[in-house]
Amino acid sequence: MTHLDGNAVAGDLAAIFTGDLSAAVATCAGCGATGPVANVMVYEGMGEVLRCPDCDEVLLRLMRAHGETRLDMRGIKLLRWGSAS
Amino acid sequence: MRPTDWRKATVERIRPETPRAATLTLNVPGWSGHRAGQHVDVRLTADDGYQAQRRYSIASAPADGAPQITVVEVDGGEVSPWMVSVAREEDTFEVRGPFGGWFVWDPAHTEPVLMIGGGSGLVPLMSMVRAGAPARLLVSARDRDDVLYLDELEKRGVDLALTYTRRMPLGWTGWNRRVDREMLWKWQPRVGPRVYVCGPTAFVESVADDLVFLGHDPANIRTERFG
Repeated sequence: MTHLDGNAVAGDLAAIFTGDLSAAVATCAGCGATGPVANVMVYEGMGEVLRCPDCDEVLLRLMRAHGETRLDMRGIKLLRWGSAS
Repeated sequence: MRPTDWRKATVERIRPETPRAATLTLNVPGWSGHRAGQHVDVRLTADDGYQAQRRYSIASAPADGAPQITVVEVDGGEVSPWMVSVAREEDTFEVRGPFGGWFVWDPAHTEPVLMIGGGSGLVPLMSMVRAGAPARLLVSARDRDDVLYLDELEKRGVDLALTYTRRMPLGWTGWNRRVDREMLWKWQPRVGPRVYVCGPTAFVESVADDLVFLGHDPANIRTERFG
């Protein structure tokens, strides 16, 4: 299956967080690589799976099923984005 | 109205671009503008309730008002053939957005930029060009019929280079292969400006790798893959 990138999940993530996370910077809990969410690999299937472009570890899983949203973010050690203080 | 709310969009106008592509001007109540390079999520619902969701880049400039999306028909696709061939003015579907805060160009970025587009990857780049981005553009297309916006790009005097990967126009003396390192080097030997790359996943990854090999700083390369 061809993967997409983090741009593709901007809408789904914006619906969960308070804004657009494409330019937010994520740190991979697996290898420590750091970069914008727009650059991660995205696999679509049962929900969406975001993977680290450097080490391929799962960063985030997002699924909607049975009337609820399930979000697993264990692969992201740190997420930073600009916001008013 | 928040960007994440689904809203009804009405097709205001349809303009054929190529034999396989059309631009749809959408009337979206409460639309509050976009940044060049952003996309919208589109949701179509069939009579039996079946839903299909897709993403389409906005082709128009922010100052153009009503957002325009250009859709290229995907062989065997579910949504794109409907958009290109079946949709008519006054049809409606749902949209939300705009989205994207990375693959965008803002007028504050006044330095020259490079843009490399494969197939429909030209759509978000065209929004940036229409918004006034000082860009050099390299476009990879299967054949002449596959190049979006060619007349407008020429009329605008955009610094445009083309490569045809399947069939060349008669008398063509330019590039006729996939984008590679040698082509990128000949096209733009200077390393430094920001580069936008958009197209199919394999195209984007190969071009981005080649740019890094040629000495471009990965932090200056902004990519968008559409599968």
